[in-house]
Amino acid sequence: MVFIWLLPATFAAIGTEACAAEEAANKAGNKITDSRKSGYDFMSASTQALQNDDSQNPAMLWVKDGEALWGREAGKDKKSCASCHGAAPKSMRGVAARYPAIEKKTRRPINLQQRINLCQKDHQHAAPFAPETQEMLRIESYVGMQSRGLAITPPRDARLAAFTQKGKVQFEQRMGQLDLSCADCHDNHAGKKLGGATIPEAHPTAYPLYRLEWQSLGSVERRLRNCMSGVRAEPYPYGAPEFVELELYLAARAAGMKLETPGVRP
Amino acid sequence: MGGSWSVAALFWLAVTASSMTAYAAGSPPEPIAELAPFVVTDGIIAEPLQGRIGDAVRGRAIVANRQLGLCLLCHSAPIPEERFQGNLSGNLAGIGSRASAGQLRMRLVDARQLNPSTIMPSYYRVNKLTRVTPAQQGRTIFSAQQIEDVVAYLLTLRDDRGALASDAIRRIRSPATENK
Ligand code: HEC
Ligand code: HEC
Ligand code: HEC
Repeated sequence: MVFIWLLPATFAAIGTEACAAEEAANKAGNKITDSRKSGYDFMSASTQALQNDDSQNPAMLWVKDGEALWGREAGKDKKSCASCHGAAPKSMRGVAARYPAIEKKTRRPINLQQRINLCQKDHQHAAPFAPETQEMLRIESYVGMQSRGLAITPPRDARLAAFTQKGKVQFEQRMGQLDLSCADCHDNHAGKKLGGATIPEAHPTAYPLYRLEWQSLGSVERRLRNCMSGVRAEPYPYGAPEFVELELYLAARAAGMKLETPGVRP
Repeated sequence: MGGSWSVAALFWLAVTASSMTAYAAGSPPEPIAELAPFVVTDGIIAEPLQGRIGDAVRGRAIVANRQLGLCLLCHSAPIPEERFQGNLSGNLAGIGSRASAGQLRMRLVDARQLNPSTIMPSYYRVNKLTRVTPAQQGRTIFSAQQIEDVVAYLLTLRDDRGALASDAIRRIRSPATENK
C-alpha cells in the first residue's frame, strides 16, 4: 500500500524538476536537444558509483560536519546559522543553484562562500572562515547539498550581465606559458584524452566535491586554480573578482543542468 | 597551493608540479635575452638554432617525459613504455617521412605561425603571453638544444621500414655530441 502512494508522488517530484531544468535549458538557448554533459558522464563506472551512494561518497563526511557547524553558536550574540535560517533543508533549498549573485550593498557579484562569510561577519559578528579551509568546505557542502537535484539557475538580474560577459572573455583568453584558453580545452576538445585525463565540459555541477587526486573536498576555485597551473598560468587568489566572473559564466553555460553536490571526480 | 600531487604522474597537471625538477634534469630554458635568433622562410626554419646539433636519444627522452615535452598529453608516439597517451592530435609515428627538419623546427619553435588557432604550444617563444607564472616568465618551454634534440628524434620516426630507427639514431648522433 505504501508503495502505491509513494510512487506517483516520486514521479511527480521528478517531473517538476525535469520541467524546471528544461525551462532553464531552453532559456540558455539549448532548445531541442541538450547535449551538454556533466563531468559525471565522463567518469568511470566505479567513480560514478562512489558519487551515487551517500554511504560510499567520501564528500558526505564534510556534509555531516557541515550540519553540525550549521547549529554551532558563534560570535558575541552566540547565534548559529540555524538561529536565523532555521532548518537548512527548507531555508537553503535552491540557494546554491543560483550563486554567484549580486550582493545588495556593494552591487557586485559574490559566490556562495563569500555570502557565507558576509553572514559570519555582518550577522553573526564572528570570524569568517577563510577560503578553502576545512570549515568553509564543510558549511559550503552542507548548504550546497540542499540544492542537490535542482537545476542551476542563474538569477535573472540585469546587473549580472556585464560580469558574466567578463567571465566569458576570460574563458576564451589564452593564458600561461602553454598559451591555452579554457575554451581551447573545454569547448573545443571536450571528451578527448589529455594524457590520461578525459577533458570534461567544465560544468560546475557538483561543487564542492571530493576529488580523488586531492584526496579531499575542494571548491570550484581550487579546480580552476589547478587548470590555470596546468597551463603554467599564475592562478588568481581565492575569491578574486576574476574567479567570481568565471564562475558566473560557468553557471550561465550550465544553466538548467542538475546540481550533484557533493560530487566525486577523478 | 597545497594539495596532494601523489597520483598526479598520470595527469596533465603534473606539468607544473614537476616542471622545476624537469628543468633541473635538463638544460634550463634560457631567459628572453638569450633567445637564439632564427629565420623563417615559407613556414620553415632551415638552420638549427644556435647551430646546435640534435641528439635523437635525448630527444626521445624529452618527448617521452610528459612534464618536460608535454607531447604525449596531446599526441601518441611509438613510445610503448609510456601509457596514457593523448588523442587531441595525431600519432607522431612516421612524421620523419612526412616532414623535413626545417618544417619540424618551425612546428616546435612556434606552431602558431603555421596555424594561429592551433592548441600546440610554442616551445621557443616568450612574447604575446598572458599571466605566465613567475617561475616561467621570460623562459621558453624548450632550450635551443632541446628543440634540436626533439627535431633529431622526430626525423628518426620514419615509415619506410628500411631505415630502422636505431640506425637513424646512430647516424644522427654526431661525434661532437658524443664527446661532450
Ligand atoms: C589543457 C586543457 C585544459 C585547459 C586549458 C583548462 N582545463 Fe579545465 N580541465 C581539464 C581537464 C583534463 C579536467 C579534468 C580533470 C582531470 O582529470 O585532471 C578539467 C576540469 C575542469 C573543471 C571540472 C569539471 C567537473 O566536472 O568538475 C572545470 C570547472 C574546469 N576544468 C574549468 C576550467 C577553466 C575555467 C579553465 C580556464 C581558466 C580551464 N578549465 C582550463 C583541462 C583543461
Ligand atoms: C543574525 C542572523 C543570521 C545568521 C546568524 C546567519 N545569517 Fe545567513 N542570512 C541572514 C540574512 C538577513 C540574509 C539575507 C541577506 C542579507 O540581508 O544579508 C542571509 C542570507 C544567507 C544566504 C543567502 C541566501 C539567499 O537566498 O541568497 C546564505 C547562503 C546564508 N545566509 C548562510 C548562512 C550561514 C551558512 C550561516 C552560519 C554560518 C548564516 N547564514 C548565519 C541572516 C543570518
Ligand atoms: C596541447 C596539445 C599539443 C601538445 C602539447 C603538442 N602538440 Fe603537436 N600538435 C597538436 C595539434 C592539435 C596538432 C595538429 C596541427 C595543428 O593544430 O596545427 C599538432 C601537430 C604536430 C605536428 C605536425 C603533425 C603533422 O602530421 O604534420 C608535429 C610534428 C607535432 N605536433 C609534434 C609535437 C611534439 C614533438 C610535441 C612535444 C614537444 C608536441 N607536438 C606537443 C597539439 C599538441
